[in-house]
Amino acid sequence: MLQPIDISLEKALEKKPYFKYLRIDKMPHIWCPGCGNGQVLKAICIALDKLGIDNNDVSMVSGIGCSSRTPGYFDGYTLHTTHGRALAFATGVKLARPELTVIVTTGDGDCTAIGGNHFIHACRRNIDITVLLFNNWIYGMTGGQVSPTTPSGSYATTTPYGNYEPNFSIADLAIGAGATFVARGTAYHVTELVNLVEAGIKHKGFSLIEVLTPCTIQYGRKNKMGIVDMYMWLKENTIPLKAWEKLPEEKRQGKLPRGILHHVDNREEYTEKYYSVVEKVMGGNK
Amino acid sequence: MAKLELKYGNHACAEAAIIAGCRFYAGYPITPSSEVAEKMAELLPKVGGAFIQMEDEIASMGCAIGGAFAGKKSMTATSGPGFSLKQENIGYAVMSEAPVVIVNVQRGGPSTGLPTQVGQQDIMQTQWGTHGDKLIPAFCPASVEEVMEETIRAFNWAEVLRTPVVLLMDEVIGHMKESVDMDKFKNPEIWNRKKPKVPPEEYLAYKPEEDDVPALADFGDGYRYHVTGLMHDYTGFPTTNPVMCQELVERLIRKVKRRAKELEKNEEFMLDDAEFAIVAFGSTARSAKLAVKLAREKGIKVGLFRPITLWPSPEETLYRLAGKVKAILVPELNMGQYVLEVERCTKGQCPIFRMNRANGQMIYPFEILEKIEEIASGKIVIPVSKA
Repeated sequence: MLQPIDISLEKALEKKPYFKYLRIDKMPHIWCPGCGNGQVLKAICIALDKLGIDNNDVSMVSGIGCSSRTPGYFDGYTLHTTHGRALAFATGVKLARPELTVIVTTGDGDCTAIGGNHFIHACRRNIDITVLLFNNWIYGMTGGQVSPTTPSGSYATTTPYGNYEPNFSIADLAIGAGATFVARGTAYHVTELVNLVEAGIKHKGFSLIEVLTPCTIQYGRKNKMGIVDMYMWLKENTIPLKAWEKLPEEKRQGKLPRGILHHVDNREEYTEKYYSVVEKVMGGNK
Repeated sequence: MAKLELKYGNHACAEAAIIAGCRFYAGYPITPSSEVAEKMAELLPKVGGAFIQMEDEIASMGCAIGGAFAGKKSMTATSGPGFSLKQENIGYAVMSEAPVVIVNVQRGGPSTGLPTQVGQQDIMQTQWGTHGDKLIPAFCPASVEEVMEETIRAFNWAEVLRTPVVLLMDEVIGHMKESVDMDKFKNPEIWNRKKPKVPPEEYLAYKPEEDDVPALADFGDGYRYHVTGLMHDYTGFPTTNPVMCQELVERLIRKVKRRAKELEKNEEFMLDDAEFAIVAFGSTARSAKLAVKLAREKGIKVGLFRPITLWPSPEETLYRLAGKVKAILVPELNMGQYVLEVERCTKGQCPIFRMNRANGQMIYPFEILEKIEEIASGKIVIPVSKA
């Protein structure tokens, strides 16, 4: 039997100040061995700590699925909502309380299948919400079914003969819908991910950070990839944006760029715009 | 002197919401409810509130719940098909105990049905639309002035019970103009949600107080807590503990049920000496009222019972009524929904007759009169289940 390490929270906080964003009493988490979700949560916490944002100023909202269990371990105002609807709830929180930092944690299925409509419209509105989209190419919690990002040919419990559907490029979808900050990171490149989350939160407007994170159990098992294989895949097949830009087209095949892919900072943020209208209307009544 | 103003039903609903303290609206256009949204879009910025037209009905419901947790009195309005779409998140509001008002201006159905014509076909959907066990209060006004009263009452109860409340209108009520005595709404009684009295570290967002309702802290006020649609314990965190799960569902129902007497609201018209009763609500009750007057002129002793609170049902009141009269007639603009409740509550004490229509037309007073005459003369003897 493993024995819990006897370490006081004060001591842990000294070494790792980002622990203050965690609900330590809710640990251990429910994620499977090798799952990348913990890395993403860690990146969010470190980014918040670096930015000096207090727990009392953060609301984390999620839908349903593995990624969407993240708010349970995050010590803020947390909403674990219905499948695919996180962005709708988060829009309500942000619009009612614009001073809050609102973070959405969602998955590829939650955000781009059942929540696809909410996703494109949140992008369009440019409301100041930071979305961490945990892309593990599969429905993990429901047992490994095909998702809108499952690579063609991959196996899932609902594609026993291989996936025959084309898949979404989430970053392109977000850019097309009008998101003003779009980035891609991985659960392997955690330091880089922290920087992306930090930049995303700092960005005044809708930020999407797609995080490639392995589902070691459902995806790995179905596609005969071990935990190490999956992280190595991320290491070898994702390339920093600068290097990517220099690559000839034929060498880009099967590979993905990492980093801030799209950043526009001259578009007005939704709640600011809305409340400026309110101010005008109220001013007119005086 | 009363201060009379001519008002449009749906606009009156929006104006009353502002009076009740509503400062957040999320909705999606749908006939015949859209004018509620249009008026809210105009009024909310004037009082510093937020209005948003969302991408769909599901989003509107979710957004309204988000606004409610962020501390605003929150509302959405819709109509039949939109109400169907909202059901998923209405269930979430029940489970997470989000105070929110849902206006449903009913039209004919099923499906897209009759967008511009009247129906009362969501009586059962209001209570049973979302999955799982629950008791959702629903108020059903029959005039424009009452739309205002019931809107305010819906907000009050939503806040006090921490639950979604449905304002169940119908197309005729939403789309008609009537004079309203505005003096009545100068200083109405306004109730607000209970805030926690303990410091944040002791706060349990789902620990009920004596009235079965937990205090509700707003996001942003330093009380950090977790909200989920899963079964949860007092802290709000998921649990599968069978004792906790059973306790939670029982409490969610009980917190409404125990206030049923206070929630109950009816109009009784010429019932004192009545031998026959008509039970009707919404626009149909207006036809029924005239039918009662016409029948009385003909010497038939009939009265009207009009439930304003449709859910929870006025069980005892209906039971007592059935013990006093020879027969009850339930006219409604559906194929027989509320009549089932009347039947259930009256426990076979008198024959119950139904009168149903689902073609977008009103049931006219003379039609109800005709039916009452038939019942009074003993011409129809087939009770509800076979009619």
